Amino acid sequence: MRTFIVLLQKEFLQIRRNAFLPRLIIVFPILVMLLMPLIMTMDVRNVNVAVVDLDRSTTSRRIASHIEASEYLTLAQTNAEYPLALEALEEGAVDVIVQIPDHFERDMTIATPQRISITANAVNATKGGLGMQYIVQTIARTLAEMRGEKSPTNLSELVTIENRYNPTLNYRHYMIPALMIILFILICGFLPALSIVGEKESGSIEQINVTPISRLTFTLSKLVPYWIIGLFVVTIAMLVAWLVYGLVPVGSVGAIYLGALLFILTISGFSLTIANFSDTMQQTMFVMFFFIMIFMLMSGLLTPIDSMPEWAQKFTAILPPRYYVEILRSVYLKGTSIVELRTNFVVLSIFALFFNILAALTYKKQA
Amino acid sequence: MGAIEIHNLSKSYGKVQALDNVSFSVERGELFGLIGPDGAGKTTLFRLLTTLLNPDAGSAKVDGYDIKKDYLAIRSRVGYMPGRFSLYPDLSVEENLQFFAALFGVSIDESYELIAPIYKQIEPFSTRRAGKLSGGMKQKLALSCALIHRPGVLFLDEPTTGVDAVSRSEFWDMLSGLKERGITILVSTPYMDEASRCDRIALCNEGKILSIDTPKGIVRRFDKRLYGISAKNMFALLGKARMVRGVEDCYPCGEKHHLVAGHEFDIEYFKSQMKDTEGLEIVNTEPTIEDMFIKLMKR
Repeated sequence: MRTFIVLLQKEFLQIRRNAFLPRLIIVFPILVMLLMPLIMTMDVRNVNVAVVDLDRSTTSRRIASHIEASEYLTLAQTNAEYPLALEALEEGAVDVIVQIPDHFERDMTIATPQRISITANAVNATKGGLGMQYIVQTIARTLAEMRGEKSPTNLSELVTIENRYNPTLNYRHYMIPALMIILFILICGFLPALSIVGEKESGSIEQINVTPISRLTFTLSKLVPYWIIGLFVVTIAMLVAWLVYGLVPVGSVGAIYLGALLFILTISGFSLTIANFSDTMQQTMFVMFFFIMIFMLMSGLLTPIDSMPEWAQKFTAILPPRYYVEILRSVYLKGTSIVELRTNFVVLSIFALFFNILAALTYKKQA
Repeated sequence: MGAIEIHNLSKSYGKVQALDNVSFSVERGELFGLIGPDGAGKTTLFRLLTTLLNPDAGSAKVDGYDIKKDYLAIRSRVGYMPGRFSLYPDLSVEENLQFFAALFGVSIDESYELIAPIYKQIEPFSTRRAGKLSGGMKQKLALSCALIHRPGVLFLDEPTTGVDAVSRSEFWDMLSGLKERGITILVSTPYMDEASRCDRIALCNEGKILSIDTPKGIVRRFDKRLYGISAKNMFALLGKARMVRGVEDCYPCGEKHHLVAGHEFDIEYFKSQMKDTEGLEIVNTEPTIEDMFIKLMKR
């Protein structure tokens, strides 16, 4: 135990001596939490719309003015002819074209009118798709409004929409838990691996290996500092989420810390295992990058797991971040309790145990 | 029983046979030198004896403990100074020493009188980071750290490589001091001139031990006449001398070429053959360990 404390003191001393690490540990989480939620938004704004008005009626003008009034849509141009609008779409000046056919208003009162056509540039699939949806909603609302003026019941109020748990459909509230996980992966994943491979590169591990210290003690002394740092990082991240975005967990903070601890254990054990198999920092970095790409893109951090192909959904079962992001999101947004999330906690504990045992076993004092 | 006993030890890395059936033993309190060029297997032998590697075949005992079975006992009984500086460069001199003392569960005070002759020289810089020390000072710190737990056997892998001539000589004085304290020392070096400071030496090359004896004994085994020759054009001299009948070998050694004389060698005949060589000088020379080494290597 005494030697363990000595080893731990040495690790902290080295972290403090490093010109770069202490700053990284404090500044990096704050910066990521401040900037990324502003940038990483899936809300589509500024969709440029061209209206080709062949009808030139009250209805068509009303549709155009509603488009102009929308928060998300910008009425870029009104054309008399479709080819002109198409040209603008090709040039990129316009994202969506709305063509209102001739006699649309007149036909509406008598029979099925000719349909309004919407053409969207879907190179940016999100913008095209969402822009199209916004326009359909806007047109539907306009038409409903006009019908409502003619009939006593207001049709538009027949449907009510409520987004449970994230009432304003704020994309940031969905992203912040994901960002916290990315922080853990980067800080608690990369740093312990680099610290142990750094000892290999500098040769100091040779001196350690000829001492009677057990490999478990040494491995632990490499891990524990980053566990503490990880818990510090989650605290910073939660503070920023609260102070800047007003996002407070609905559920218990304890559940978040418990999950964080298990996840940090997992990811640091994982990174040490990789470090045990590499001889240089470069090697470690590239192998870590490979796994981090998979963790970030396939664990449901950025895109929902449900929309992945079925084989990929099955594969996500072996990705630890998947379980923690579920915990974070449910605790933050729904207030789910530890008991309800027990499967996730149990799986994370198994991962944590597995990777740390693996790290201790693969650390070779002898070659 | 010797402090180090090695029996038929072998180790290979893939196809490279780093150590080939090596056996020898080192007495207690002996200063034993391993002399050989790079790639002779010196470091491999050190890593085996300090339990950092497992042998492919053979066995060895250090301080009476088997390197395979009792590796934990060995680790607390030996001091190892690897060839590369391997202390923590970002910790200060004193922090490094304290750290290694704590790892072995001792305090600096307990071993201070042992390391004092060495540590005193770097003590004025005790707050300096180890990475910022000069080469000679790094060696002294590394030696202090290797001695902090009062090991019975000390392994020093090329401790003087990259160290200036004065520091090298000082370092050997320190080793002599340690030897007087009863510590067994196994030291390797590529420098033949350092070999004479050892009690016994083993000449090794390509994983094999060529010869083991005292430095004087090694030289005594050199049973040929040896001459030192020089001329204005040293390079041309080398080629020409090798062509003369009776010349067994001729190679550069310091500022002269050493000429190994065979049975048929006749100095007058040699001079007559070389008479058109400008500034030719030929003198009798005492063989050195290097001459013996070259002879053994050519065999």
